[in-house]
Amino acid sequence: MTAPDLIRTVAEPEDQAPAASRTTRRRPPKPELSGGQKKALRLARALVWPAIVVAILVTQIPFLVTIYYSFQRWNLMRPGSRGFAGFDNYVTVFTGGAFMQSLAATVVITGSSIVLSVLFGLGIALLLNRKFFGQGLARTLVITPFLMMPAAAALIFKWSMLDANVGMVNWGLSVLGVDPVQWNTDFPALTVIMVLTWQYTPFMMLILLAGLQSQSKETLEAASVDGAGPIRSFVHMTLPHLRQYIELAVLLGGIMLLQVFDPIAIMTRGTGGTKTLSYLLYERAFVGLEIGEAAAYGVITVLLTIIVASVALRLLFKIFSSEGAKS
Amino acid sequence: MKRFEMTKSYSMKKRLVLRAVAFSSVGVLLAGCTGAGGGTQQADGPVTLTLATVNNPQMKDMEELKGAFEDSHPDISVNFVAMEENDLRDAVTKDVATQGGQYDIVTVGSYEVPIWGQNDWLVDLGPLAEADTAYNVDDLLPPVRDALTVDDSLYAVPFYGESSFLMYNKDMFAAAGLEMPTNPTWDEVAGFARTLKTDDAAGICLRGKPGWGELFAPLTTVVQTFGGSWFDEDWNAEVNSPEFTEAVKFYTDLVNDAGEADPVSTGFTECLNLFSQGNAAMWYDATSAAGPLEAEGSAVAGKVGYVHAPVKETAESGWLWAWNLAIPNTSKNQDAAWQFVSWATSTEYIDLVGTTLGWERVPPGSRTSTYENENYLAAASSFAPITKDIMLAVNPTQPGVNPQPWVGIQYVTVPEFQDLGNQVSQDIADVFAGRDTVENVLDKGQELAQQAGDAQK
Amino acid sequence: MSTATATKVSAAPPRSALTPPRRRSKRMRHRATSTALTIFTWIVTLGFFFPVAWMVFTAFKTEAAAATKTPTIFTALSLDRFAEVLDRGFGVYLLNSLTASVMSTVIVLLLAIPAAYGLSIRPIIKSTDALFFFISTRFMPIAAAIIPIYLLLQSFGALDNISALSILYVGMNLPLAVWMMRSFFSEVPLEIVEAAQIDGANFFTELVRVVMPIVAPGIAAAALICFIFAWNEYFLASLLTSTMARTTPPFLGSFVDGRGQFLAVLSAASTLAVLPVVLAGWLAQKRLVTGLAMGAIK
Repeated sequence: MTAPDLIRTVAEPEDQAPAASRTTRRRPPKPELSGGQKKALRLARALVWPAIVVAILVTQIPFLVTIYYSFQRWNLMRPGSRGFAGFDNYVTVFTGGAFMQSLAATVVITGSSIVLSVLFGLGIALLLNRKFFGQGLARTLVITPFLMMPAAAALIFKWSMLDANVGMVNWGLSVLGVDPVQWNTDFPALTVIMVLTWQYTPFMMLILLAGLQSQSKETLEAASVDGAGPIRSFVHMTLPHLRQYIELAVLLGGIMLLQVFDPIAIMTRGTGGTKTLSYLLYERAFVGLEIGEAAAYGVITVLLTIIVASVALRLLFKIFSSEGAKS
Repeated sequence: MKRFEMTKSYSMKKRLVLRAVAFSSVGVLLAGCTGAGGGTQQADGPVTLTLATVNNPQMKDMEELKGAFEDSHPDISVNFVAMEENDLRDAVTKDVATQGGQYDIVTVGSYEVPIWGQNDWLVDLGPLAEADTAYNVDDLLPPVRDALTVDDSLYAVPFYGESSFLMYNKDMFAAAGLEMPTNPTWDEVAGFARTLKTDDAAGICLRGKPGWGELFAPLTTVVQTFGGSWFDEDWNAEVNSPEFTEAVKFYTDLVNDAGEADPVSTGFTECLNLFSQGNAAMWYDATSAAGPLEAEGSAVAGKVGYVHAPVKETAESGWLWAWNLAIPNTSKNQDAAWQFVSWATSTEYIDLVGTTLGWERVPPGSRTSTYENENYLAAASSFAPITKDIMLAVNPTQPGVNPQPWVGIQYVTVPEFQDLGNQVSQDIADVFAGRDTVENVLDKGQELAQQAGDAQK
Repeated sequence: MSTATATKVSAAPPRSALTPPRRRSKRMRHRATSTALTIFTWIVTLGFFFPVAWMVFTAFKTEAAAATKTPTIFTALSLDRFAEVLDRGFGVYLLNSLTASVMSTVIVLLLAIPAAYGLSIRPIIKSTDALFFFISTRFMPIAAAIIPIYLLLQSFGALDNISALSILYVGMNLPLAVWMMRSFFSEVPLEIVEAAQIDGANFFTELVRVVMPIVAPGIAAAALICFIFAWNEYFLASLLTSTMARTTPPFLGSFVDGRGQFLAVLSAASTLAVLPVVLAGWLAQKRLVTGLAMGAIK
């Protein structure tokens, strides 16, 4: 959604206001209050405006400038050569091959991190959703990776866990009789996915645990009295109940993971299929110093993201409205 | 009536809230603007200099000793921003190229100095250095000084200079009954490495970390002594030539057979760690590594042998590099910055390191007088003479078999090279892992290199 | 959907003819499974926590003991590494992180509370569109706009400036905050608001006296999450700051030292860097759950 769309949306003509109030759940039609309602609407808009203005200034204006730069021939190392480039930068983007590779890397890394962390998160949520010795402490410990600063997590994994010589993971494998693994050389994408999964599993777990705890105990007990085994009641009752929580977890996780940069910059520096779009954009801008080309990559990435985001957000607001209808 | 009162107060409060919000954001913006100045923009009074540097041992020593400078210059304090080599390049380049002005002093490699000097991004230090007789600018090591000079302007002064040589663990060689020649060939070295490789120790440590300044520093010298080059005399790319290909194959095979574990993670720092703990039999890298290897805390001090860089087709193969201090044109404290720069690259500083931290930690390869200093020669007898010999023996105008259109050994002095070297080295990471072939990777590199070459024609 | 499945399950043939002895053995088996599950849960938990625990443990070792092929467990522990970290001026970076996090969170709250209130208690037309906009700004890859941001800040002389960084964090966190808070505000029962209006309470007192106490837990949750994101942010901080305003995440990398061993000091620095947020998260984990899960679902 672009800024102008939004402005139109918020600054909707007032005469449509009563129609809106008829359709909204919270405000049953009260014709005798319509004057106050108009004021209320105006107020509501006034309240939303500052936030929207700030959001536009901080997040949208730079994108407009990016579009402008994408039509410039501009290499920082050659200050004299700046000029209008037409669509040259876009030609470079589409003929270079780096973009598709980077897109694939983003899909693989984001996708597998989300899937793995939802699966682990669900498993751990199920384990933690029973009464057992030290339940509170266990939950406290499990959520810690999500609170870890990503830069610290990446550094600790790189140097302390996955280092080929003194890393704990290779030591653990050697105890099991497995030869040392050259993590960063042989499995760069996996090292990034490992760190991300480790960090995001608690996040998924928290959302799914909330879902589990909102499931009514009586229904489950009734099912178990009726002879439904734990697996059956999980598949037929718990999973459907959790569906919207899983959707939410995937969506929020996706928003954050799509932009992932820290572990790649710190651990792999874009080698071996880890050059995600964020890292590619960074590299074109600050290593290649090709401002125009980097901006063209940026514009294409934003367009793609808008498509992904619209699909994802439709889903999100479906969650919203279906819940609204239930309550 | 009641409704009226209500709405009136609504709009009043609305304005209040809006104003509060607007005020707070403006307040922050204002705070931002006034906060920007800080210590860096004031011309007189106490000055804080910001120095961006690489986290190499010699720079860490400089940070440790900066107190001595601040004591003698009470108005100036120096803030160090130390980064990994790759990060430093990215950070400093973007700042200088966009006239960001975040740094008063930058640590720049020999590769950047001529390019940046031509773009007028650095202060010409020549007049300042010549006006200061105590600084003795003629004492700077000639080949290093030449590399920093463009059209008679000296855009940076060397903090330390280096070439590259082969270091080997004498104990391991003695135990295996092997003897290292003074001028080894790469074939001999590969043989030694494969013999000495054990489960606990690498036969040789060679950089594999992506980055033109990491992997491609040693690798380019190997390419050159194998008879290859990035470009021919007319800027035609030669990256997929048979010589270049053979050299890269030789290098990656050697690392995979007898090198360190996890080569893509391994740069200078990692090799230093590995070798100084006795976990590698040989190491081909910068001559400046000798200082930390012989210093306190190193498990191999006194046990390291130093010989010339291995060769194949050429007589000599070491690189030539200096980490230099330069002052960006955007610095608002150029006078204060020069005071620090001249102090840190002076003979006085070299004496200070020698007397307080130990003579083997003196920054090498910057001044001729360092190699006439009795104390340094006594402490660094195992590597100082050979360092000087190699540095004066290498030929930056034609390091390889064929003539080349630029001056420089392990790099190409064009702006596109850091991007080019970076991308090709990332692809070579796939070769280490067996995900791609050398031919394939170099064919891709050829295309990129040709674009860079075309820009020079 | 869940009602449908529930009917399906209850339609299964009832089997309530369990004899007492069988039930007893079943209970014992149940207890054994339960113990096994508890042990398994703890193994998983500790496995997950291990990297953090190892980081903290390593921070107390000497460098030599930290970097061994076989992990050193029995070794002299000391606080020397922490002292070393603080000696390198770590406090300044922690303070910068704190400033950026607090400043951005406060501004986010000032903007998001009225916005969420406006969006939820008095639904305006297509309020979902405005929400859609907010959340979609969070999808935008900030890397795509980094060049203009960098050049813009540079032309204002606002590079390496903690206030400028904070404002960018406001842009980063505002969408999530508005989106999360909106759902908390829609929790406020309509009757309470209307009662307040009938009492003649005006907007401001309505917001402060009636609505805020109800949504306070939600606001706290949103604030906590904004704080965490700002504290942990790396990309912008590493590109837009150098010394004066450098925050903790990009500074951590400088503990990777070319002079020798650094694992212990890196662990100590990382421990200090994550400590505030980890402690806050531990203490307020209920809030965290509310903040994350309540965003869209009750």
